[in-house]
Amino acid sequence: MGRYVLRRLLLTVPVLLGASLLIFAMVYALPGDPIRALGGDRPLSEAVQAQLRAEYNLDDPLLIQYLKYLAGLVQGDFGTDFSGRPVLDTILDRLPVTVRLALVAVGFEILIGILAGVLAGLRRGSFFDNLVLVSTTVVVSIPVFVLGFLAQYVFGVRLGWFPIAGITQGWYSYVLPGLVLAALSLAYVARLTRTSLAENLQSDYVRTARAKGLSETTVVGKHALRNSLIPVVTFIGADLGALLGGAIVTESVFNIPGLGRAVYDAVLRQEGAVVVGIVTLFVFFYIFFNLVVDVLYAALDPRIRYE
Amino acid sequence: MTSSLPTPAPSRTAPAPAEPPVLEVDDLAVEFRSRRRTVSAVNGISYSVRAGETLAVVGESGSGKSVGAQAVMGILDVPPARITSGQIRFRGDDLLTMSRKEQRAVRGPGIAMVFQDALSALNPVFTVGHQIGELFRVHRGASRGEAREKAIELMERVGIPAARQRVDAYPHQFSGGMRQRVMIAMAIALDPDILIADEPTTALDVTVQAQIMDLLSELQRETGMGMILITHDLGVVNEVADRVAVMYAGSIVENGTVDEVLAEPLHPYTQGLMASMPSLESHGDRLNPVTGTPPDLSAVPSGCAFHPRCPMARFGRAAAPGKDCARNVPVLREVVPGRTAACHYSEELEHE
Amino acid sequence: MNEPRTETLDEPTRGEGEHRESFSDRVDDRAEELASAAAAGDIEQAGLWRDAWRQLRRNPFFIVGAVLFLVFAVMAVAPQVFTSVDPRDCSLARSGDGPQPGAPFGYDIQGCDYYANVVHGARISLAIGFLAVLGTLVIGVVVGALAGYYGGWIDSLLARVTDIFYGLPLILGAIILLSVLPERGVLEVSLALIAFGWMTAMRLVRSNVIGVKQADYVQAARALGARTGRIITKHILPNAMAPVLVYSTIAVGTIIASEATLTFLGVGLQLPEISWGLQINAAQNRLRDAPHLILFPSFFLSLTVLAFILMGDALRDALDPKLRR
Repeated sequence: MGRYVLRRLLLTVPVLLGASLLIFAMVYALPGDPIRALGGDRPLSEAVQAQLRAEYNLDDPLLIQYLKYLAGLVQGDFGTDFSGRPVLDTILDRLPVTVRLALVAVGFEILIGILAGVLAGLRRGSFFDNLVLVSTTVVVSIPVFVLGFLAQYVFGVRLGWFPIAGITQGWYSYVLPGLVLAALSLAYVARLTRTSLAENLQSDYVRTARAKGLSETTVVGKHALRNSLIPVVTFIGADLGALLGGAIVTESVFNIPGLGRAVYDAVLRQEGAVVVGIVTLFVFFYIFFNLVVDVLYAALDPRIRYE
Repeated sequence: MTSSLPTPAPSRTAPAPAEPPVLEVDDLAVEFRSRRRTVSAVNGISYSVRAGETLAVVGESGSGKSVGAQAVMGILDVPPARITSGQIRFRGDDLLTMSRKEQRAVRGPGIAMVFQDALSALNPVFTVGHQIGELFRVHRGASRGEAREKAIELMERVGIPAARQRVDAYPHQFSGGMRQRVMIAMAIALDPDILIADEPTTALDVTVQAQIMDLLSELQRETGMGMILITHDLGVVNEVADRVAVMYAGSIVENGTVDEVLAEPLHPYTQGLMASMPSLESHGDRLNPVTGTPPDLSAVPSGCAFHPRCPMARFGRAAAPGKDCARNVPVLREVVPGRTAACHYSEELEHE
Repeated sequence: MNEPRTETLDEPTRGEGEHRESFSDRVDDRAEELASAAAAGDIEQAGLWRDAWRQLRRNPFFIVGAVLFLVFAVMAVAPQVFTSVDPRDCSLARSGDGPQPGAPFGYDIQGCDYYANVVHGARISLAIGFLAVLGTLVIGVVVGALAGYYGGWIDSLLARVTDIFYGLPLILGAIILLSVLPERGVLEVSLALIAFGWMTAMRLVRSNVIGVKQADYVQAARALGARTGRIITKHILPNAMAPVLVYSTIAVGTIIASEATLTFLGVGLQLPEISWGLQINAAQNRLRDAPHLILFPSFFLSLTVLAFILMGDALRDALDPKLRR
């Protein structure tokens, strides 16, 4: 097991390098001049521009720039943005917000998604089952930013239950954006739970459990559910990694100062160092949680063992 | 269990008839309903099992032999399955009219079941010890530790070596034969009065099949439980069963003691089954093996369900009055004392 | 984990060849022969599509999806059918006015007829949806077929490349790529979505190719000396069609949603294009006083996405033999 994890960790290195190089190339190699853009309406003098270029290694060939950047990264130096602020500071500043948002979202997935899926899976073909099927299809069809506006309009403007922007009210301000961020995965969790449970209820070992004279609660709640939730739990684990990096739209709609918002602002300002730093972190989250999921799988399903 | 047939099993002394049967199935019928069609999987079958006795239920897949057993065990999926008529009396009480709680109290201590494919019938995510011990915890209120000790005891009893070390292993870590032993340990855990074994050896290697059947017979001798053995293998039937019920298309078509039925089948289907056993060829060389496929249960042939495949079938003018195989349904009737068959022309087989 | 492997303490699980021959086994064998004969390639394919079509026609979800799709397709090709008002005929005097007779969706901030604008927005959404999915399919099929058919180091290399792209969320990758482009039209947005959206198609094609490659009839074709290119185009790709079709139908929907998202964020389409994303973007600060400006294009956008998801879901159910009753 330990060796397996180690091997997987080593395999993530080329993927991380490749992803960061890809972002780096896009940010620095494509047309557009960040230095000129920096000046905005008041063009900077040639001398200042040249100095900035040298400072940010912009005159080197792309690969050299990248290697210099990597060298810094290895020492924990994510570089600085154009105002001189270390990128790492920005990350540490914004990370807790994004983590909180992702946790709230995962909470909704577990609470609503699994519950709806279990109830639908227990009574396939029932009214509730069809309700879950239809509503998940509808939710999946609504783009996240539209869902965000809808939620703001209904729960914020009309009902006035939740704040529609910012994080000034603590955890409470995360409820609405968390729900919106979770919506897509929540629908998937509900469907996955439903299918998985319905499938397991048909399985031979559930029949065995009934033949042992166990109560229906034990048969379903212990024998069927324990197996049905394996794919669900692993999906949610992987999703946490995706949510940490996928909150750009939600954070924009709800004006939440998280990493997604930071990277979006940096993209618009062409702050290469910030973009590359944060996105590399996102890719790392994604890969890391996928690894966690693999380990989780082995822990949950004794049939899977990594030698 | 080998193919050295026919050799009569050593203990084939039927118990005294005065003793009432432990399990009586009476006119049991099961339907499967889907939106578009209704399928009669079992049409009014009756049988009974006494303590210490083994009843073999024989038939092709789709004959209703497993569905009938699942109905007895109370593990049919309802819906789509539905028990439309009949009684299942365990020690005189009808299981079908009992409350769910009373039914559950019978499953395990009263009637237990060994399934065909132990790999899928055991829960992959719990240790075998946990799954065996669960019976003691639920039915006897045993503690975790007691249940574990009982599980080890049972594993030893069914011949699993190094039981103490393997009690915490998962089903997939056992070989096929050992897994089936775990299954059996679970079934006999609470000393059931009736053990239903649904094709217990089909999924196993041929050498292991014999060991498992021997184990079942041995356990039966020790405990005196009645056994329902569901199989398509007449070789096994010949070795371990006392009585046999042959099923076709949801009905019992022949019923009798194993000795008599295998010596002189009274239904052409039984004859066909025997003819298809290489080792029984000497008995069945008068007929060719049954050709064709089992009927689609949603479109069972008219008259005798077996007639499209029956070498003896007679129709129209060739048939005796009221015995047209495509029109008249043969009822299960006593052809010779103590033996029933559902064929218009059983007598002809008797005198061959 | 440190679980001891306690396998095969006694006998092997199941011996081949020593299968006890009995009546019912023989019958089963015969049925299996028939089934495997039927599975020999094209016979099965034709049947699969025919059965799928029969099932689709009875599926209400598919019918709803198909009708919605047809409506939006007509809207995209010939918006005049739905409105005779010129979407660019604007008058600031009626800026932000709500729905009223003659203007069912009211007027936008520029004072243009909103219904006409929303109707005209269908064209660009569908165009990008189809264009981008076509692009992902081209890349997916080429890369996936290469990886699946040749295997070995080619497969490993392509798998790593796919991993790299998978690590970047679609929206994020497209934002970065589009943000450095000064002009962004249908082509640029489509390319950005293709660049970060081809991986699923690739994995799908790859796994199907690997599956079909092992099939008897492909092995037979190879043994008969068929050329590699012919095997891929004649045998392998047609069999990968069903899952790819399901994927692409749903993908058109998700791509349309992604385009709208990018445009809404300000890195997608630009004025003077008429697009739902731009409409929602322009209206985003008017949620309190003119919610209709957000709701109408959102509604059309969501219905379009829904059409493709409904059709895709129904297709998957119809084409997956496991789910068929």
